[in-house]
Amino acid sequence: MAMAIRQPGWYRGAIGMVLGAAFGFGLVIALRAISGLELFQTEQTGYPHVIVPLITAPFGFLFGFGAFDYWFRWAAGKPTIPDDHSAHGAYRWQDYFKFNTDHKVIGIQYVVTTLCFFLIGGVLALLIRAELAQPGEQIVAANTYNGLFSTHAIVMIFLFIIPIFAGLANYVLPLMIGAPDMAFPRLNALSFWLLPIAGIVFLGSFLAPGGAFDAGWTGYAPLSTGAPLGQSFFNVGVQFAGASSIATALNFLVTIITMRAPGMNPWRMPLLVWANLSTSLLVVGATPFVAGAQFMVLFDRILGMNFFQFLEGGDVISYQHIFWFYSHPAVYIMMLPGFGIISEVISTHSRKPVFGYRLMALALIGIVVLSYSVWAHHMFVAGMFSWLRVPMMITTMLIAVPTGIKIFSWLGTLFYGKIHLYSTSMLFSLAFIITFVVGGISGVMLGMIPIDIHVSDTYFIVAHIHFVLFGGSVFTIFAGIYHWFPKMTGRMYDERLGRIHFWGTVVGTWMAFVPMHWIGMDGMPRRVADYASVYGDWNLFISVSAFLLGAVQLIFIYNMIVSWRFGPKAGNNPWRAHSIEWQVSSPPPVFNFDEIPRVVGGPYEYGTPGARHAIMGGETAPEELPEPEPATVTSPS
Amino acid sequence: MTRLPILKLALASLAAGTVISVLMLQIDWFGDAAATAAGPIDLLMDVTIVVSSYIFALVCVALGYALIKWRVQPGDEGDGLPIHGNTKLEVIWTVIPIIIVVALAGYSWAVLDDIENEDADRITVNVYSQQFAWTFGYPESGNKWSEGELHVPLDRQVDFQLHAQDVIHSFWVPEWRIKKDNVPGITTDAIVTPDEAGTYQLICTELCGAGHSTMRATVVVEPEAEYQKWVNGLSQNVPESLLLTADQALEIEKQIQEKEDGIEGTGVDET
Ligand code: HEM
Ligand SMILES: [Cu+2]
Ligand SMILES: [Cu+2]
Repeated sequence: MAMAIRQPGWYRGAIGMVLGAAFGFGLVIALRAISGLELFQTEQTGYPHVIVPLITAPFGFLFGFGAFDYWFRWAAGKPTIPDDHSAHGAYRWQDYFKFNTDHKVIGIQYVVTTLCFFLIGGVLALLIRAELAQPGEQIVAANTYNGLFSTHAIVMIFLFIIPIFAGLANYVLPLMIGAPDMAFPRLNALSFWLLPIAGIVFLGSFLAPGGAFDAGWTGYAPLSTGAPLGQSFFNVGVQFAGASSIATALNFLVTIITMRAPGMNPWRMPLLVWANLSTSLLVVGATPFVAGAQFMVLFDRILGMNFFQFLEGGDVISYQHIFWFYSHPAVYIMMLPGFGIISEVISTHSRKPVFGYRLMALALIGIVVLSYSVWAHHMFVAGMFSWLRVPMMITTMLIAVPTGIKIFSWLGTLFYGKIHLYSTSMLFSLAFIITFVVGGISGVMLGMIPIDIHVSDTYFIVAHIHFVLFGGSVFTIFAGIYHWFPKMTGRMYDERLGRIHFWGTVVGTWMAFVPMHWIGMDGMPRRVADYASVYGDWNLFISVSAFLLGAVQLIFIYNMIVSWRFGPKAGNNPWRAHSIEWQVSSPPPVFNFDEIPRVVGGPYEYGTPGARHAIMGGETAPEELPEPEPATVTSPS
Repeated sequence: MTRLPILKLALASLAAGTVISVLMLQIDWFGDAAATAAGPIDLLMDVTIVVSSYIFALVCVALGYALIKWRVQPGDEGDGLPIHGNTKLEVIWTVIPIIIVVALAGYSWAVLDDIENEDADRITVNVYSQQFAWTFGYPESGNKWSEGELHVPLDRQVDFQLHAQDVIHSFWVPEWRIKKDNVPGITTDAIVTPDEAGTYQLICTELCGAGHSTMRATVVVEPEAEYQKWVNGLSQNVPESLLLTADQALEIEKQIQEKEDGIEGTGVDET
């Protein structure tokens, strides 16, 4: 027992958490006593004796859990415990509950954790739809309702979509570029463990007096600065989720820049790598802004500052500028990794190189640059300086161009290919193309100021964001999970269940979200617990569809769990793909490669006899193959 | 390599796009219209729907054709043709979308200028919002005040000055197609020319707390004479408590003055 307590792990973590909480609590009480204030401040925006422990307890847990052991020894000049790699690989299920530094274990930890949050967010969504099934108050009161949609959005965005992409890339990206691990494995593990912490903080707000945070995922001031305690949980949770995101992005950047296998020049990187490079550039540039905005709100709330207090000279609209300067790039943080997945899947299953590979990579970079210059399209009716609207309308609409290039290039990839439809990942990729086009079109409409003036903050927005986030991001996530499931688990999932899940999801998505366009334009505002009875029929239809959509996700979960345990062995390369991760065993060996592979050609050389992307260690290395002519066919006509 | 039936594909896309646009235009997207801004905005929307329908049709036709034509026979383990790209085609599908979006942006800009064009004889109405109620001040009629019910004259441009006392609210009458946030600490404005008499609903569209979904007010558009009669019948003036800053008080004073001096008077009396 005494031994267990000294070892990093759950026991020491629990003790660390208690000590951390006690330290934070004691600090507040001591400082208040010294300052002659009453010890407990329980104004609704106050509660420092809750907020400070909310920050220190997670750090205490991480110390105890072993997240900082190595760095502390190193900083203290003590001999660091040489890494015997006992923290690599997972041999029993318990190994997934350790501070594990293996990128493949971390990848699976991410995917499983975020899928749990997907289910939680989904249940919250169904509660929302149950309330909206009929006009009038059904199951929850209005302020509880506001808490439901706020937590739903935050869980889906910060705990599902953004981190699951980080998880999938964590698993496959080092393999794809021929690296033995991420550049900073300990930082990688720390990034992961910040995520469940963020989740507990967000969901813990349901226990706060006054209920969960309820100012929307956007948390506009001054509604948020005056809201009950739960809002502070939001402010703190965003810090943990944001730190996780930023650390992972730094890790990806360094990994991609410095750890590519010999021969993998940028123009030989698979598009998934390009996509994560672009995403990481967005995360490191933009995420600090949302963290800053939430700190400002937190300081307004508990330190009595006045960043956004209009009666004391604060500027209300500046919150929105800072928030959207992050949150527009954030929508592409939620989309670009998906673009990468789609490129891999479509090329593999149509047995053809990605059409216009270089332009595809450049389009990603174009989106990164443009996304920093469009944030105010969320503020066309917010009362900001009016001259900014037209320039932002033009940049917003231009961002549809690189997005369109990607759509056309995927279609071009299909032409003259050999299209296999047996894999669920391919089905989701094709459905993604169609669904995402609709979301892109509604996006362009929203970019047009006169239309936005009418439909901003209505159900039309809800329709747009679900077409791009469910029909866009989530479809690509499903495609990615089905595609790499055999690699991650070594087993095959059930394609028949996959198909049922696919059709149910596609039909459910269209049925649930298409009518929202109409009722929004016709006059139903968003974020309302009750609505005019003329919208009753459509809302009932939407709610029924949403429950259908929710139900088919259970098939997916069942398929994943049962196939992971009992599925047939998948083999190394069931899709006969060329990229490096498919050339190693499934699941890959603990250190990925016995010998680092040598990259000799592009990643998608399907159809060129003898063409190789990489020569694996142990193979006799032939001469470097000549790079195939980029445009062998001048015109398809 | 077989040649693509470009002409057939193009015709199929055109046909499908036409069918989709016709179907889409059947839907009465925006519902009733009751202000001059509605015409140009609805037209802009219809044009965008038609353009989008053709784009959507093109994508569907291309995808459908590829699936029919190049879906593998069972057992075929071969690869597709090693086509890496086609510079001409890539330039085309970069440049044409640029032209389309720039054209739509230009059109939108023109519509924006049109709907925000200010008439010389516009009247001013102050809109005060607080959790969870709307009240209205009529500075040109002696700063009279009404609660929960807004009256405006028919066919006369109204410049709504929007104020918020606590958190952000948003002023939206769907039939007018115009929306603008009420932001605490500053005054924003919305320009509307109602052209259909009737009773409408003013809806708060910015989340403002527990009562957000019920934060509504009635809007009555009526001929000028009836409007004047109604305003004159109001008994109370805007309470001091609604004027958060000295600037707001000054502004209202200025509007009253202007009314007395005739248009473009000197404003606040400085002597
Ligand atoms: C062609 C590309 C796109 C364009 C032109 C576009 C445009 C817009 C515009 C103008 C708005 C603001 C509407 C308003 O609040 O009045 C908006 C909202 C939004 N968009 Fe997009 N969008 C695009 C793609 C995407 C993608 C790919 C995602 C995410 C995967 C996304 C997620 C969102 C979200 C979450 C909101 C709502 C934010 C909120 O108010 O809560 N959009 N979009
Ligand atoms: Cu945006
Ligand atoms: Cu409201």
